[in-house]
Amino acid sequence: MQDPETGTQPTQASQHHDAGAHGQGGDAHAHDHAPHLAHHFDTPTQQFESGKLGMWVFLATEILMFGGLFAAYGMYRGNHPEIYLYAHHYLDTTLGAINTIILLASSFTVAWGVRAAQKGQRKLLVTLLLLTLLGGFGFMGIKAIEYTSKFTHDLWPGSANMFYNPTLNPMFADANDPRAAQLEAIRHLEEYYGIRGGHGGGGHGGGHAGAIEQPRITLTDDADPGDAEAASGQGEAPGPSPAVERSMINPPAVGAGGLSEEALGEAPSHVAPHMPAAAAGATLTYEDLPPTEQSRAHMFFQIYYMMTGLHAVHVLVGLGLISWITVRSFRGAFGPAYYTPVDLVGLYWHLVDLIWIFLFPLLYLIH
Amino acid sequence: MTDDHAHESPRQASTSTELHAPDHDAHAAGHAAPLWLLAAVFAALLVLTGATVAVTQIQLGPLNVWLALLIATVKAALVVLYFMHLRWDSPFNATILISALLFVAVLTGAVIHDSREYRPLLDRPQSTPRRVAVAGQRDRRRPSRAGCGTAGTRDGAK
Repeated sequence: MQDPETGTQPTQASQHHDAGAHGQGGDAHAHDHAPHLAHHFDTPTQQFESGKLGMWVFLATEILMFGGLFAAYGMYRGNHPEIYLYAHHYLDTTLGAINTIILLASSFTVAWGVRAAQKGQRKLLVTLLLLTLLGGFGFMGIKAIEYTSKFTHDLWPGSANMFYNPTLNPMFADANDPRAAQLEAIRHLEEYYGIRGGHGGGGHGGGHAGAIEQPRITLTDDADPGDAEAASGQGEAPGPSPAVERSMINPPAVGAGGLSEEALGEAPSHVAPHMPAAAAGATLTYEDLPPTEQSRAHMFFQIYYMMTGLHAVHVLVGLGLISWITVRSFRGAFGPAYYTPVDLVGLYWHLVDLIWIFLFPLLYLIH
Repeated sequence: MTDDHAHESPRQASTSTELHAPDHDAHAAGHAAPLWLLAAVFAALLVLTGATVAVTQIQLGPLNVWLALLIATVKAALVVLYFMHLRWDSPFNATILISALLFVAVLTGAVIHDSREYRPLLDRPQSTPRRVAVAGQRDRRRPSRAGCGTAGTRDGAK
């Protein structure tokens, strides 16, 4: 089972030590000790348990690191619930759900792989690890699609984000009226993502991956413009440019009635019943947000990018580790007597899955 | 679960000769989870994923977040207990995990609790304490009614 060529550092160390300490011949100690047993461990079991303990300590630090991000998420959501309610529409729930399933499946294949290693089923182990790799690459591929789709719509992390303070946002730097330009851009974006009426495709239902923008603005005289007016009128009254805000809101005059059937049907799922927008059958739009919250909407994307970005880095690291394990498995390095690396990499991969289990509902399924 | 060890014996014979006699059983160090159990856990995880998406359609107000978190926690527990073998592991590993989670809970709880303290300074529509999730919308909707006593601190009072 054990391929001498794949011997690791500890193995060599242990052989060296054993040969010296026990004065045994090269042949003798090979039968006396597990080839992977490092000299500072008494038994393979002890070594395995110690490795596992170390891995768990590492996973604990990982949980603490992500814990900081979860705390940031909780704090911001507690104080600015509308932002989450509004901005999560830019995430694609379908792609998020597919990625969840992919990660769960790859977690399953790794767990099965550990079992295969424990039972010495080399071919099965290699197959399962390859499937896991496939899952990992699939996840990153979908993540790349999601990120790209956002980047092409100027939903960048940092100050390039479309929702970032317009006067500081490089995107609107040359506009005469940055705020008006921003509102204009946001309105188009909302139409594209189906948040605002006019786009029948249902942006967050998975449509935006390949959908082409069809500016179909429906004119209605519904409650929504009035809403927005009320909001801006109230909020911006002392502000510098109420007129601008008005002028940007009124022209398209899109409201609940302008939404497609699909959007109408979907709206209640994203908006609480007691919210006026929901009552009217519409999804919360940017202009529904209180003015002070509008300038903070970009924070959702910053939190989203930090959380999913750090998670994606972990997926990439996991892919590297699994590749390494796959090669070693292929060479027959693991069997019932020694499969520690498979087990530990498996634990790491499960942690990546665990984090995602929480990220998915918290970011994609905001209600 | 124990049957796993049984039909392993032929192969085991070849490898265990290399091991120390008393400690041996390197493979006893790790419990091989039965395949049906792993598959069942995977199936349960898929069902719960479907449930967490479906639950979003139900209107529960602020409870929705907690329900989503509850489902996520159940899923996480399944992964930890079975995929990560914690159920058969040394309890010490579980202690490490639980203490990490405890510290995350302390941090998150303290941060969220603290953030409520400065909510009045946020220059945003005043929240109604219990209806955090929609408070802003409420206020916006009836701006001119003197209903909320906090109306004075509302938007744009920069």
